[in-house]
Amino acid sequence: MTLNTFIFYFFSALAVISALLMITRRNVVHSAIFLITALLATAGIFLQLRAEFLFAVQIILYVGGIMVLFLFVIMLVNLDVAVRQAAFNRQAWLAILMAGAMMGTVALAVWLGRASVHLPPVKAGALEPNTELVGEALFQNFMLPFEIASVLLLVAMIGAVVMSKKRI
Amino acid sequence: MIDLLIRFFAPHLVPLIIVLVVVLVLPLLAGYVVLLERKVMADIQARLGPMRVGPHGLLQPIADAVKLLLKEDIIPENADRFLFWIAPLISVTAAMVAFAGLTFAPGKYEFFGHLNTVAVADLNIGILFIVAVSSMGIFGIVLGGWASNSHYSLLGALRSSAQMVSYETAAGMALISGLLLAGSLSTRAIVEKQAAEGVWYVFFAPLAFFIYMVASIAETNRAPFDLPEAESELVAGYMTEFSGFRWALYFLAEYCNMIVVAGIATTVFLGGWLRPFEGTREADFLDLAPTVIFLGFAGYCLWRVPRQFEKIHKIVLSIFAGLCFVIAAALALPVTVQPAWKPVLHGVFWFLAKVVAYLYAFMWFRFTFPRYRFDQLMRLGWQWMIPVSIVHVMMLGLALVLQRPPQQGGLGWAWWQGMLVSTGGTLLVAAWLGALGERRTQRIAESGV
Amino acid sequence: MVPTEHYLALSFVLFTIGVIGVLTRRNVIIILMSIELILNAVNINLVAFSRHLGDVGGQVFAIFIITDAAAEAAVGLGIIIAFFRNRSTILADEMDLLKW
Repeated sequence: MTLNTFIFYFFSALAVISALLMITRRNVVHSAIFLITALLATAGIFLQLRAEFLFAVQIILYVGGIMVLFLFVIMLVNLDVAVRQAAFNRQAWLAILMAGAMMGTVALAVWLGRASVHLPPVKAGALEPNTELVGEALFQNFMLPFEIASVLLLVAMIGAVVMSKKRI
Repeated sequence: MIDLLIRFFAPHLVPLIIVLVVVLVLPLLAGYVVLLERKVMADIQARLGPMRVGPHGLLQPIADAVKLLLKEDIIPENADRFLFWIAPLISVTAAMVAFAGLTFAPGKYEFFGHLNTVAVADLNIGILFIVAVSSMGIFGIVLGGWASNSHYSLLGALRSSAQMVSYETAAGMALISGLLLAGSLSTRAIVEKQAAEGVWYVFFAPLAFFIYMVASIAETNRAPFDLPEAESELVAGYMTEFSGFRWALYFLAEYCNMIVVAGIATTVFLGGWLRPFEGTREADFLDLAPTVIFLGFAGYCLWRVPRQFEKIHKIVLSIFAGLCFVIAAALALPVTVQPAWKPVLHGVFWFLAKVVAYLYAFMWFRFTFPRYRFDQLMRLGWQWMIPVSIVHVMMLGLALVLQRPPQQGGLGWAWWQGMLVSTGGTLLVAAWLGALGERRTQRIAESGV
Repeated sequence: MVPTEHYLALSFVLFTIGVIGVLTRRNVIIILMSIELILNAVNINLVAFSRHLGDVGGQVFAIFIITDAAAEAAVGLGIIIAFFRNRSTILADEMDLLKW
């Protein structure tokens, strides 16, 4: 087993364990930390897939931006009494059952239909140099979604500011 | 079994060794940077600084480290123990991992069947990686302030992280100006491009360097932006409840951040491992400068040896002088006898020299300027630095297009004309923004709110 | 060279955990965090296929998803803050003003 596959299994295990811990912690800050480790593990998997620009973007935006925002809001709304309240809602068991059934159906469908999927063989090295290719694609083929994404971010910024104001 | 392990690790042995060296040497180096800061502070304040512990205070960092390791580890009563334990670790880890993106000297060397650069790794996304990992350091501060279960800590942590997030954007934009000139994110490629053009990028984009310098001072919570950890304002901010080794880790993280940020500025703007006037033959006498500097250190140490009062001081100073002699000899060898070693040894020397100069500027600013109030700080970051850096990127793009030869659609201007356009245009916009801010301040003052 | 099916399996598992998190937790912030986990699972899927097919569009789409996740997290957290100011609760069970 090469270092490459070992890295994949290591980060996958880290991601799954962090995700499981995240949805089961009672303390919200601990949950946020486990989500951070899950996101870092995902970034590691991106790096192992040779998507290095996405690796850096994931860490800068998701971990360094979104999770900091989450932590700020958690600190703003954290109630000490939350520690003694129930963590799971009344329909938890039914929800797990339904989620299991739904995802089981998806897995069954994929497994039964696996013969009909004809994927071409992997093209090694088709995505080098990664950053340049992503940059070219963003500014040539995907220019319109790029601009729309910037407008979306502007709208989201204004929305978040307006909603958090005490008096509009 | 053993050969399996060797085959598993062999391609990565040199990076592992460099990582070990960095992790072991960095705390010592950061300790001596602290001593340097105390000496510089003393010099600016017309006094001498630490003089007792070793000769001229040279053993002070070791004494401080021993003291911090032996202090009692106090955890506040209702503190979150898991977060209290992990917060300094995140800060230190983020600060140290950021070193993996820096390249210290040119050339690729063959070891164990793999080509290695004088770095932990030759990343294609070097600068982006360092920015990403530095943004992880914010968590150490936020979680540390939260875990302390104390008002001062939480306020200090929130202020500090808000400040770091605000100036991260401005620093990134200033770096983008340098990256526009370099055309690559790899730290090795950026310096090689500066070597090819023969001019450091600080002369192409001085305003970007200035913005990056100010933003990096705010990023590392140094004065004049150190309100979150100012002694007179918030006790010690987020570090209040951490004692002994945990506080040492936070302190280490702060100084490692300073060194990393200085490393980035050196790589992108100050020409990395390049000697001043690298291309010109006439300036080759500068190759002797490293040797002369270290011989000067050694001579000064030997001169002061007889004036020390205690025997241990004389011994330590002589050892230090001996070390300086050895380094001077090692730096002189490539110039005279073994030119093959010149790129690595002299490259590392010039890189560290520029980093030390940048850090000296940090310390100089700390003891010269008064502290910014927090709202002034945030206003400066969001309403002045970010617009100015974005405008600078646009102006630099314009200048680069104008510098293209006419076949490719440009006007074929020289580099200094492009530099004048970009800097001048940005300064105009910056002055306009400053005037807007003045009018706003005046309006608020007049309305009597 | 890890087969692409392994990445898809990982994405599936993370997606399931995210869905369970959304459906079972009371704290609205943890529900939002589970949604972020779902988006990340989709990202892994996209990038795995991008590597398999040699098309950089998968990674570009993943970048857009990250951008959208940022916007959605900001707005969602703004809503949570506004709601908390009014009702002093962040438990989904107690947000039942519109129930009969």
